[in-house]
Amino acid sequence: MTDIVNAPKPASRRRSAIAPLLNVLRFLLRSPTSAFGLAVIALLVLLAIFAPLLATHDPNVQNLNNVLQPPGGNHLFGTDELGRDIFSRLLHGTRITLNIIFLVTITVGPIGLAVGTIAGYLGGIFDTILMRITDIFLSFPGLILALAFVAALGPSLNNAIIAIALTSWPPIARLARAETLTFRSSDYIAAARLQGASPFRIIMHSIVPMCLPSVMIRLTLNMATVILTAAGLGFLGLGAQPPMPEWGAMIATGRRYMLDSWWLVTFPGVSILLVSLAFNLLGDGLRDALDPKQMNRR
Amino acid sequence: MKSVEVTNLGIALGHGAKAVNILPDVSFTVEQGECFGLVGESGSGKSTVLRCISLLLEHWRGTVKIGGASVRDMGVIERCRTVQMVFQDPYGSLHPRHSVRTVLYEPLRIHNLDRRQERMEQALRDVGLPISFLDRFPHQLSGGQRQRVAIARALILEPDVLLLDEPTSALDVSVQAEILNLLSDLRARRGYTYILVSHDLAVVDYMCDRFAVMRSGEIVEVLDRAALENNSATHDYARELISASIAYDRAS
Repeated sequence: MTDIVNAPKPASRRRSAIAPLLNVLRFLLRSPTSAFGLAVIALLVLLAIFAPLLATHDPNVQNLNNVLQPPGGNHLFGTDELGRDIFSRLLHGTRITLNIIFLVTITVGPIGLAVGTIAGYLGGIFDTILMRITDIFLSFPGLILALAFVAALGPSLNNAIIAIALTSWPPIARLARAETLTFRSSDYIAAARLQGASPFRIIMHSIVPMCLPSVMIRLTLNMATVILTAAGLGFLGLGAQPPMPEWGAMIATGRRYMLDSWWLVTFPGVSILLVSLAFNLLGDGLRDALDPKQMNRR
Repeated sequence: MKSVEVTNLGIALGHGAKAVNILPDVSFTVEQGECFGLVGESGSGKSTVLRCISLLLEHWRGTVKIGGASVRDMGVIERCRTVQMVFQDPYGSLHPRHSVRTVLYEPLRIHNLDRRQERMEQALRDVGLPISFLDRFPHQLSGGQRQRVAIARALILEPDVLLLDEPTSALDVSVQAEILNLLSDLRARRGYTYILVSHDLAVVDYMCDRFAVMRSGEIVEVLDRAALENNSATHDYARELISASIAYDRAS
């Protein structure tokens, strides 16, 4: 009974919608690792927003009299083989990275969730067909399949995003299906059926909210892979095309000068490492924060 | 309010030679406004009968008529407004992420009913909860309060028949009495027809006019409440069950 008395009384419906979000945020900040992840991602977002203001040079302006300058002086991170400022290119690259992550996430999340919950809830023939399609996608290594797609569609950043999205929804679908199977025979689903809710309504109102936390965790953990795949495609020349300052592509072109000019590959490499690490740590933190058992304790 | 007529209800799970006949053949009738009990040991098919009546299980044989109309012939909307169910475990029957408001609002939206705020408040008043509970989530409620919300959810569609699947067995003894009083009070005021599943003969004695004793999917005997007092059951198993329950009550 004590927790009834102590339970916060939501003042309005809007506040009750924001409160859990603040709870999760507070929980994430409590552990050092997830706080670090959150801080790096926040920094990434801020850098992307203010990239034009923070950049010391135009990322695409070449200066052939000033090539391969080491870090220091006028150029914080040095210059590349065409005399472009690496710091400015990295800053503008954050926009491309965030763009990739955002587009992949908003396509992969809903597709995976839809396929998984429909297969799990309806079962039978729907389950068989949807899960076999998922298996086909799962049976290829992600990067190889993405390579095949990009090769077929033609190399460009948008095609790389499509290819990454096409290869990263199956694990989400599997996860959503497994979660759905644990809920589908529960009493509250039976109660919803007794109220005359259609299967679509049950999936949208009852099953999706239950699957959402684990799917969000999985998506966050996936982002590291997405960044690496995008960088890999860029490195192979199949993602962002020059002169776009994509981090993977920067490493690819810098590779030729790597032995004499270490700064060409080091800074983009460190950026990729930091961002993927940050997303991994955040995902780990989210797993604890969104755990329903933890939710109830708060 | 409507009567319930169950004739030759049977269900088998599995196919061919491996099929298991869970309910071989069950028939009983419940008068309108009556509270009919189903008792028996675990696995005797009590809850399965309710799940068949409510069409949560669909592959059964026989007929179930509510107010003279077969449940299979009713449309979904009509069926939902005729028969509702209260589940055993109030911790599992409320969606953990839905507020009480959502729980009560959903059926109103599905059935496109008017005066929604009024109906929600009425439903909460009926089960003895304050209206401020609309914005509570299940984890902010106690077991008894959750079961009251579950009853409100069943009543908000104004059904004729309420199926009660061990509505108190997951609750504290003191809370059990509250819920049972609430249920019999609601029946006295509105005249609902109840089918109550329980393994607790004391609950049946308190609530039901008549009850059926079930064993391995079959109804052994249908008895009046009076039969509990002097154990006038004629069938051996029913008599044994009742005397065991009486002996247990004395011992405790």
